[in-house]
Amino acid sequence: MKNAPELVCPAGTPAAMRTAVEAGADAVYCGFQNATNARNFPGLNFTPDEMEASVAGAHAAGTKVLLAVNTYPPAGKFDLWKDAVDLGARLGINAFIVADIGVADYIARTYPDIRLHLSVQAAASSPEAIRYYCREFGVKRVVLPRILTVPEIKQIKTEIPCEIETFIFGNHGLMVEGRCSLTNYVTGLSTNMDGVCSPAAEVQYLRDDDGSTTTKLAEFTIDCFSCTDTAGYPTICKGRYRAPHRDDSYYAFEEPISLNLSALLPDLIAAGVDAFKIEGRQRSRAYVRKVVAAFRTAVDDVMADRPPMLADLLALTEGHKQTEGAFKTKTWR
Amino acid sequence: MDAKLTLGPILFHWSVDVKRDFYARIADEAPVDTVYLGEVICSKRAPFFDPYIEEAAERLTRGGKKVVISSLAEVMLKRERKSAADLAEIETHEVEVNNSAELFHISGKPHRIGQYFNTYNAETMRYLAGRGATHFSLPAELPRDSVAQMVEAGAALGTPVEVQVFGRASLALSARCYHARAHKRHKDNCQFVCEQDPDGMKLTTVSGQEFLAINGIQTLSHTFVSLLAELDDMKSMGVSHYRLVPHSQDMVAVATIFREALDNKIATQEAESRLCALGFPAEFSNGFWHGVAGHLRMTGTSAA
Repeated sequence: MKNAPELVCPAGTPAAMRTAVEAGADAVYCGFQNATNARNFPGLNFTPDEMEASVAGAHAAGTKVLLAVNTYPPAGKFDLWKDAVDLGARLGINAFIVADIGVADYIARTYPDIRLHLSVQAAASSPEAIRYYCREFGVKRVVLPRILTVPEIKQIKTEIPCEIETFIFGNHGLMVEGRCSLTNYVTGLSTNMDGVCSPAAEVQYLRDDDGSTTTKLAEFTIDCFSCTDTAGYPTICKGRYRAPHRDDSYYAFEEPISLNLSALLPDLIAAGVDAFKIEGRQRSRAYVRKVVAAFRTAVDDVMADRPPMLADLLALTEGHKQTEGAFKTKTWR
Repeated sequence: MDAKLTLGPILFHWSVDVKRDFYARIADEAPVDTVYLGEVICSKRAPFFDPYIEEAAERLTRGGKKVVISSLAEVMLKRERKSAADLAEIETHEVEVNNSAELFHISGKPHRIGQYFNTYNAETMRYLAGRGATHFSLPAELPRDSVAQMVEAGAALGTPVEVQVFGRASLALSARCYHARAHKRHKDNCQFVCEQDPDGMKLTTVSGQEFLAINGIQTLSHTFVSLLAELDDMKSMGVSHYRLVPHSQDMVAVATIFREALDNKIATQEAESRLCALGFPAEFSNGFWHGVAGHLRMTGTSAA
């Protein structure tokens, strides 16, 4: 008998949380409106009042709420993270998602009865790294980096004492999360310390005379699109650059492409994955509704040994291009 | 407090001969107190120099340097996991931990925490010190005010704090090798193309701006961090260890300049012009330290 994996869905706003709950999420993840979480974007996230009402609403529907407190507090600002944790505990959230050792230690000591999930931002990609956090802080679940193949995940599962959560859909993260200062190098805002990645306030789309569009982040050009192409959002690791021995600009890190593991769901369940995570707290309610509903049906189908139907999801992927990334083959590396 | 100058691990794929010559010269001529050895970036490179680490360590020790072995920043594959386990058994040298897999094995014994381990606050320092951490090398992106608080915490814990003052800043790590990708290969058949770029492969924007440097799975700043103008401030706040990241230019000269600047034997301006004269392939930057975009160079009153 297979254990049904938990479907963990993005909740960037109270409305998105309601939508995800209605569409069949087993759990939703969210954060407060500040640097304490890794999606600290304008217009996203929850005020304390919104969080209180939203947690109550989700719980009434039987959906768990996971609070992301998964950035790295720089010395001098630790109290902001403590406050987020204290508030989350008071509102009855079901688990904290953390990366920083200081934050994990604070939660483990102060709220030993609340579950700790290790964020992908902690970059724990080996059994020993995961066991370290389990041993020291009693971590109950690890969110695995998007860099492992299914056989590697299966192997890790046999060597760790906690649950595994893997990303199955959305942004295809390339850099080791929690180890990337590219945005800070360009803009002065840090992904680790401020929860910011390629901030919109620093983005420019410049139309050239020939109809092409140049995208910039602060003063650096990230890409250039001809008039027939749609200009993508300038994320540093998805831009085109030049290298000395290449004639043309190329995607030096990765193409703008989305992760879609729908075809691997049966394999991932067989590998022992306990929870599937859908990325996209910055996405619209319509997107959340469609993706969550599709994966709800897919997971239920797989559990009932029916073939999952997921063709519609391609329309929602970035640039309509999708990948199984590292999960399928290690030649991705 | 006595300001110590350290030489971080070589980040780039230099040949065995180049590394042996490099460490021999450092041992004899460089005014550095500590040298970190070992491959930090790519486990595929490690077998080349591993047989010579003891030789280099001995030479450096005879030259009056303290030797520390640095662990891999990324641990995922079998050989990397084994390397992490083996390193924890070393008794001849201190180990610098760059990944929590290493910490799993070494926790409880004395060890250093490296630049690639995320130590962002005093709470993390206190926790790690309670499990054997004796020394903290901080991430390159931490701004001055946070460093100041961590130095204070370190003083209370008896754990020195180390800050990178020279060399390209590490900006990102990946499971994917971007050197191999640039050469239309992948990690498993990379043929060590990274050896062609002793200071990293230059990435330029389509507008012609020099932007980043690729070193296998690592992405670094194009600019070279230089905190010469900040040394006095760092000393007065109690930073005890100053790290130089090795590059292919004259590192003995770099170390000498920083040593003389730390000892106030030369003024900042002279130190900077001597550093400039060594001919680095990029501008200097200090933005991270000043809490602004890392590629920037703040000067004069704007940097105060």
